[in-house]
Amino acid sequence: MTAPVLDYDEVVERFDPVLGLEVHVELNTNTKMFCGCPTAFGAEPNTQVCPVCLGLPGSLPVLNGKGVESAIRIGLALGCDIAEWCRFARKNYFYPDMPKNFQTSQYDEPIAFDGVLNLELADGTVVEVAIERAHMEEDTGKSLHVGGATGRIHGAEHSLLDYNRAGVPLIEIVTKPITGTGERAPEVARAYVTALRDLLRALDVSDVRMDQGSLRCDANVSLMPRGTTEFGTRTETKNVNSLRSVERAVRYEMTRQAAVLTGGGSILQETRHFDEATGTTSAGRRKETSEDYRYFPEPDLVPIAPSTEWVDKLRTTLPEMPWQRRKRIQSDWQLSDLELRDLVNAGAIDLVASTVDAGASPAEARAWWVNYLSQEANSRGVELGELAITPAQVAGVAALVASGSLTNKLAREVVDGVLAGEGEPAEVVAARGLAVVSDDSALYAAIDEALAAQPDVADKIRGGKVQAAGAIVGAVMKATKGKADAKRVRELILERCT
Amino acid sequence: MPNISRDEVAHLARLARLAVTDAELDKFAGQLDVILQSVARVGEVAADDIPPTSHAVPLRNVFRADEPRPGLTQQEALAGAPAVEEGRFRVPRILGEEA
Amino acid sequence: MSLLIHLTAAELAAKIHAGEVSAVEVTQAHLDRIAAIDRTVHAFLHVDTEGALAAARAVDEDVAAGRPVASPLAGVPLALKDVFTTKGIPTTVGSKILEGWVPPYDATVTRKLREAGIVVLGKTNMDEFAMGSSTENSAYGVTHNPWDLDRIPGGSGGGSSASLAAFEAPLAIGTDTGGSIRQPGAVTGTVGVKPTYGGVSRYGLVAFSSSLDQGGPCARTVLDAALLHEVIAGYDPMDSTSIDEPVPPVVAAAREGAAGDLSGVRVGVVREFTGEWYQDGVLRSFQQAVETLRGLGAEVVEVSCPHFDYALPAYYLIAPSECSSNLARFDAMRYGLRVGDENGNSAEQVMALTREAGFGEEVKRRIMIGTYALSSGYYDAYYGQAQKVRTLITNDFTKAFGDVDVLVSPTTPTTAFRIGERVDDPVSMYRADLCTIPANLAGTPALSVPCGLSDEDGLPVGLQVMAPALQEQRMYRVAAAYEVARDAAQGGPLINRVPQLEVAR
Repeated sequence: MTAPVLDYDEVVERFDPVLGLEVHVELNTNTKMFCGCPTAFGAEPNTQVCPVCLGLPGSLPVLNGKGVESAIRIGLALGCDIAEWCRFARKNYFYPDMPKNFQTSQYDEPIAFDGVLNLELADGTVVEVAIERAHMEEDTGKSLHVGGATGRIHGAEHSLLDYNRAGVPLIEIVTKPITGTGERAPEVARAYVTALRDLLRALDVSDVRMDQGSLRCDANVSLMPRGTTEFGTRTETKNVNSLRSVERAVRYEMTRQAAVLTGGGSILQETRHFDEATGTTSAGRRKETSEDYRYFPEPDLVPIAPSTEWVDKLRTTLPEMPWQRRKRIQSDWQLSDLELRDLVNAGAIDLVASTVDAGASPAEARAWWVNYLSQEANSRGVELGELAITPAQVAGVAALVASGSLTNKLAREVVDGVLAGEGEPAEVVAARGLAVVSDDSALYAAIDEALAAQPDVADKIRGGKVQAAGAIVGAVMKATKGKADAKRVRELILERCT
Repeated sequence: MPNISRDEVAHLARLARLAVTDAELDKFAGQLDVILQSVARVGEVAADDIPPTSHAVPLRNVFRADEPRPGLTQQEALAGAPAVEEGRFRVPRILGEEA
Repeated sequence: MSLLIHLTAAELAAKIHAGEVSAVEVTQAHLDRIAAIDRTVHAFLHVDTEGALAAARAVDEDVAAGRPVASPLAGVPLALKDVFTTKGIPTTVGSKILEGWVPPYDATVTRKLREAGIVVLGKTNMDEFAMGSSTENSAYGVTHNPWDLDRIPGGSGGGSSASLAAFEAPLAIGTDTGGSIRQPGAVTGTVGVKPTYGGVSRYGLVAFSSSLDQGGPCARTVLDAALLHEVIAGYDPMDSTSIDEPVPPVVAAAREGAAGDLSGVRVGVVREFTGEWYQDGVLRSFQQAVETLRGLGAEVVEVSCPHFDYALPAYYLIAPSECSSNLARFDAMRYGLRVGDENGNSAEQVMALTREAGFGEEVKRRIMIGTYALSSGYYDAYYGQAQKVRTLITNDFTKAFGDVDVLVSPTTPTTAFRIGERVDDPVSMYRADLCTIPANLAGTPALSVPCGLSDEDGLPVGLQVMAPALQEQRMYRVAAAYEVARDAAQGGPLINRVPQLEVAR
């Protein structure tokens, strides 16, 4: 039986949604956070474990420096302050997937805090999401529930534990409450996770695959009656395994909560589970007492005090963030906001930027991708990025045009050749014999032939009518099958005739 | 001054996953009360401006390199397990949700 | 042969390395002794006959081949407190919850002992999870004090101290969280040392209170303890709290001290370590020891460490808090005891039933106190406040050490009490730790050296010597000097006055 929901338009008319997004990122370090076990995905169960990550009696954690480095870089990329001094804390609760029955995490001393992530929605609206904190912690083992109908925990007879994943480094990123999104709340939630994913990918700190669990999102949603300022009770929805699910889960929770509230009920603060198939959320098992995690500073680890030198050095390793790159491109290429957005929406901006990085001018790069290549993509029914040509290759073609080795027309043939899989631009040029004839003596031969074939035009040119040279140029181009540089031909014709 | 009730002791036992018996609850309540009263003396010390010590040694920034280290074989890992199935630790049905 | 068991570790090592006696002979002599009297003393939980003899043989092979021996203590037998993991050998931590558990890895201390060629005879009895001052909290029966079998050998490391006093081993390893090496040393007339926190690796030391636990050497003489100290101490990358500094030169200090001259050494007597809980006999023994130090040339002054009065309550908040978290892992899921896995019981129920059955009363009490002290709403007043008191105690030490080189006190307020005397009164049991706890809270080193027998009951009394962090050599020097003077005054080593143990029938 599914819960009643209120019509979405009515929801946003009567309520203001407030979002809180918690994202867990699995780092791509070689080893776990507190021990030297490998983190590679897909190994046989319990073959990537040791006394430390199994929580055997007597074991002790030792912190992975690369994990700290990644945490700081994430914090810097999010514009956070980096703690001058912080510690780990124990979060104490019992659960079979946690070998120590506490999670080594950070409590009131996160390594990074007070940042911001700027999102741009599809229509260009910019949303500034305030980041509360980013902190370090460790992942749990994986449980398989046996005997129940759905493989989920309800109704299972027993469970099987694999601790290969226990101890893998996690960074938890938490937003401050996101308000004022109104009807666009689901869209904003999705855009946030997308932007965060892109940022983390640019930093190369994680595989950020929601489908593999290296990027996880918990969505907190609450509703305030319009015109009020006190936040309502929020629910936390888990099992949100794709960007689309983020949007769907938020939207569903808004409609469900609105139905409860308008029906005179109140929202239970609870954890809910998103169901992919139905796009709805269901209540998790109710807890008898709310969890008291009894946090205290982790005595087996010593404080972390990143020096300003280290933090500054890490700051220099930050790649250009996606939105920074866009801003710079807009400024460098002097694009209007509309032009920029067209590029972004065409999915072309990164491709164009990479082509520029490979040596082409912005104008050349844009022209290729937005014109000829976009047409090609459309006619083949694929995304621009799926075409079988790389930015480097496009830059290569542009360079050949710029040097005079190719005319624009020939260049298009070269591009066709690359798309057809015939190899690099230079190889296509050679194989198809597309190079511009640059040997003057060969040109003279063609020119003399053309002049001889059109003596009256020749006379006109000799008489000073330089425009008449066009006809000769045309003849020469035809004779050389377009492989002549028209400008050079013209020069040589005039030289011949004067 | 703490006066810890039987109910509070029962709550602590639940939090700590200890299935204490009724007889133990009474006994423990009395003993814990005495112990807590004596340790509450720490509150007599004026310590508002004193920073707490969580580590006796003034160490900072102890890291290890991100390099693999040999661990246990699956057999060694499972050797002490009360129950094993398909290379995994077998545990009874779990009531609570994953956090 | 029986004389071998009365030699010190240093003497045994010299004989073995010189080829006068084989390590196997020495080991066998101690195994025979254990077989003869341990049913009476019950110091050992597990004896590793095969492993011990194999280790001894390896040392003999080195000696026979003229190869350098693995360490100055190679071939000397040792009793290891059952709190350290030993690969392939059961490790119970004195608890039912780990009955039969065989660790798949060695503690760093275990590894260092093996690499030094020391012969680990077996694992010794202890209060469960190191919680206690009498070894009565062991799930495997109480250990008896060789000085009086009706009395406790101290705790939590009563097995280690008793094995020394019973001549079952010349060396032992213990751990000290609130006095668990020193207090057993005091009540059994042996030497027990707690190094600077971080001086000995805790990797493989089953945790009780992480910020206080520290492994250390136990022996019948100060020099033996120093030799063992230099084997087990040192930086360990597997322990984040391990100190990356050279081990203080304790052997040299012990030898220097034995020359008997303490002129220039300033000794502070802590004023707060006296009062209603202290036996008169203990206080008199202590005073005599202080006089002896004066006689050796030391300058003795009184110092005040006012916050030491709050050390006991602070400890009994911090230690239980940390232990409530450290012991959470014992939940029947991955190793150890499992109870109640039937009738469709859930994992949560099995956890609770197992912990109820597997943990003893003292452990359960401390887990609950710790859970309470860390609870939201109580944290600031209890755990948080205790950590502040800890700072104040550390400051007291720093101030005192600004004036003196070492501090002295009785190790524990009473001599060995009777078995059963304090089990029903936890707070009275806790008072055994009054003098030892401050050094644990501050992380500073301290040792207990025997200072005679109480004139009230003829039982051993211990003198505690404390030094600043990483300055163990100071306390070893003072203790070594005192030991020589004491033996001279009393006509021979104190331990020789322990009653003969009847061989078990």
